[in-house]
Amino acid sequence: MKPNPRPAATVLLALAAAVLATSCKPKSIIQKVESGTAEKVYVAPGRKDEMYNFVSGGFSGNVAVYGLPSGRLFRQIPVFSAHTESGWGYSEETKAMLETSQGYEPWDDQHHLALSQTKGEHDGRWVFANANNTPRVARISTETFRTEEILEVPNSSGNHSSPFITENSEYIVAGTRFAYPLDDEGANPDVPISSFKENFKSVFSMISVAPETGRMKVAFQIIVPGIDMDLARAGKGKSHGWMFFSCYNSELAHTLLEVNASQKDKDFIGAINWKKCEEYIKAGKGRKSRNKHLHHVWNEEIQTTESTVEEEVVMLDPAELPGILYFMPCPKSPHGCDTDPTGSYIVGSGKLAALIPVFSFDKIQATIAAKDYEGDFHGIPVLKYESVLHGEVKKPGLGPLHTEFDGKGFAYTSMFVTSEIVKWNIETLQVVDRSPTFYSVGHMTIAGGSTAKPHGKYAIAYNKITKDRYLPTGPELTQSAQLYDISGDKIKLLLDFPTVGEPHYAEAIPADLIAPRSRKIYKLEENKHPHATKSEKDVKVLREGNVVHVYMTAIRSHLAPDNIEGIKVGDEVYFHVTNLEQDWDVPHGFAIKGGRTSELLIMPGETVTLKWTPKRVGISPFYCTDFCSALHQEMQGYARVSPADSDVPIRYGIGDTAPK
Amino acid sequence: MSSKHFILPVTLLACLSLGCGSKEEAETAAAESPKPSELIDKNAVVHGKQIKSVELTTPLNQEWVSKGKAAYEMKCLACHRLDETRLVGPGWKDVTKRREPAWILNMVINVDMMLETDEEARKLLELCLVRMPNQNITEPEAREVLEFMRHNDGEE
Repeated sequence: MKPNPRPAATVLLALAAAVLATSCKPKSIIQKVESGTAEKVYVAPGRKDEMYNFVSGGFSGNVAVYGLPSGRLFRQIPVFSAHTESGWGYSEETKAMLETSQGYEPWDDQHHLALSQTKGEHDGRWVFANANNTPRVARISTETFRTEEILEVPNSSGNHSSPFITENSEYIVAGTRFAYPLDDEGANPDVPISSFKENFKSVFSMISVAPETGRMKVAFQIIVPGIDMDLARAGKGKSHGWMFFSCYNSELAHTLLEVNASQKDKDFIGAINWKKCEEYIKAGKGRKSRNKHLHHVWNEEIQTTESTVEEEVVMLDPAELPGILYFMPCPKSPHGCDTDPTGSYIVGSGKLAALIPVFSFDKIQATIAAKDYEGDFHGIPVLKYESVLHGEVKKPGLGPLHTEFDGKGFAYTSMFVTSEIVKWNIETLQVVDRSPTFYSVGHMTIAGGSTAKPHGKYAIAYNKITKDRYLPTGPELTQSAQLYDISGDKIKLLLDFPTVGEPHYAEAIPADLIAPRSRKIYKLEENKHPHATKSEKDVKVLREGNVVHVYMTAIRSHLAPDNIEGIKVGDEVYFHVTNLEQDWDVPHGFAIKGGRTSELLIMPGETVTLKWTPKRVGISPFYCTDFCSALHQEMQGYARVSPADSDVPIRYGIGDTAPK
Repeated sequence: MSSKHFILPVTLLACLSLGCGSKEEAETAAAESPKPSELIDKNAVVHGKQIKSVELTTPLNQEWVSKGKAAYEMKCLACHRLDETRLVGPGWKDVTKRREPAWILNMVINVDMMLETDEEARKLLELCLVRMPNQNITEPEAREVLEFMRHNDGEE
């Protein structure tokens, strides 16, 4: 429920309330919709949705997947938050994914997504996600809908301006929101907060993505004065090779930012020439910063996380390396920074402004060539506002935040304060339509609206305030998304649907680009997990000192072995459970009484491990937690736990092999 | 070497494969009240066509027997014993004498189809109560399993 633009949030909320109270727009919570609207969102039983909608989960830390146009929730993909339901962050195979250089972190704040692109279009291969709190980026496979990689971003705090992607997925980016003393080994970060202006820096990281595997690496970081970088977009087409980002707090305030970071009339949109950065690096420029950051990659073959410690990044200082960074003045703490499908225009959304400036890439180039600067900001050239401006959208509404594009020459901007989506012509800058949102829209998405070739048809508003949209559920309410039909001249509201966590940026993509890739099972023959049991005849229980390994199989409807004796209090017991099923949608679950992690949910052909340290002498039942067949209730067993000094031997079995 | 006969799919499979066809056909199918079999997802894994007949040869192909045994241990053993004991599913002793070879192959590779259409398969489900899982076995692999079953039944 927290509005994204935290500075001046109170002012905005007060304004919003005032507008809601006085505006003629949302008089009633019930909107009149055309007849036939229900048919546009009704997906009949057995039929499927037209698009996937990948939505950031905000403070849930995870990504949610919905169908469009129905708004039905299909799945939560665990990314940065532990997830008891799937065992993410609890199973022995996945818990390393949530390790950071400061230890295990079971939670983060997931704000933005980027679907992979080829030639500026969605290619459906990966979903990238950012973690805002402890800076990290993640890569999710669209084949398994699982997080395959998490990379920590060093020298940064508040990884908000992330993970926006370049047109061939060359890079995703990570811009610092909370400037702070960098992580260089040997440097002393223990400085007075009041020394902000001398000691606090921000960095803009370019994270390379390997074309075949998707593997990520912090390719280089650009050191920026301690501004708060907010959002970013890559150039496309003619502006490919450039990256644009918004920032606030060019005042470099370190306290009461709500007031102190809203002093200047204009902050900046930054323009990074990343191809120029590559040239400098090739020429050996930049300095190496030593610092430790963790890198986790899922190894599909052994079904386990592999972690490495990266030790070094290359840093470029734009004050010393001309031509890599320029600032463009942008009114009132810009938030959204969006490039149109042709790559010709960059839209800055000053969240406290009553107009929307649109910058021209051609004019930016001409202005740079002519060195038409209005000055510099800590050694970085500031281009003259009038010289780079294509024009301003006048009176679009209040509180512009984010802009997406329909590919037909129109831009759609979300208006937080006046709670509406405003459609305007990119060339003429004339507002052509507007439609209310309920309430206080934050991010908005058009299907493919950030790419060079939008899919169009639907726009979705992700609202920050829910209030009276649903049946009340106490003080805490679900979040509200709204689906609009934008296929005609007029924006038409179709549907409200609830979302989990707080929805921030989202992307929508036609199902055809994702569904055919979807994995159904893990083939047993390909399972190279070191503790896999690929035949029930191979189940066993092994003791090594006080460690006990249980090699267990699951198939409808028994766990083998299901009688285990010889475990002692103080043992570390590892249940390595292999699901022997080879059919789609037949997971088995596993849980044991007194377990202090989570359940396991084991997909067909997969091996997953639960660690159990029994505390109490006695019999602990275990069972399958995922209803699997008519005899699922019978899928159960017993582990006997004896005193630490007992001499009960390890014995196990099932049916006629059970210990007598 | 035995040869394998691939016979055209029966009506049901024809329906399923049509369901995967053009959009118009899908639209028409959805407009009518669908039969249960049509509710099987069109993405469902179909491992082979319906087998109508299998040519058996003697002596047994020992390589198939050994590969069939490996497949049995990984994918069948948890539920089927090699003697006559019924565990989750029936014991395999004499299965090649009770059932036609084609019936066995269809049960292994297209169990969902068999449970929809075959009276004998349905009777087994009523007896065992657990649907036999589709274990993602291809038609050639199923043939190897059959060879192992013949071996288990004493053929040489």
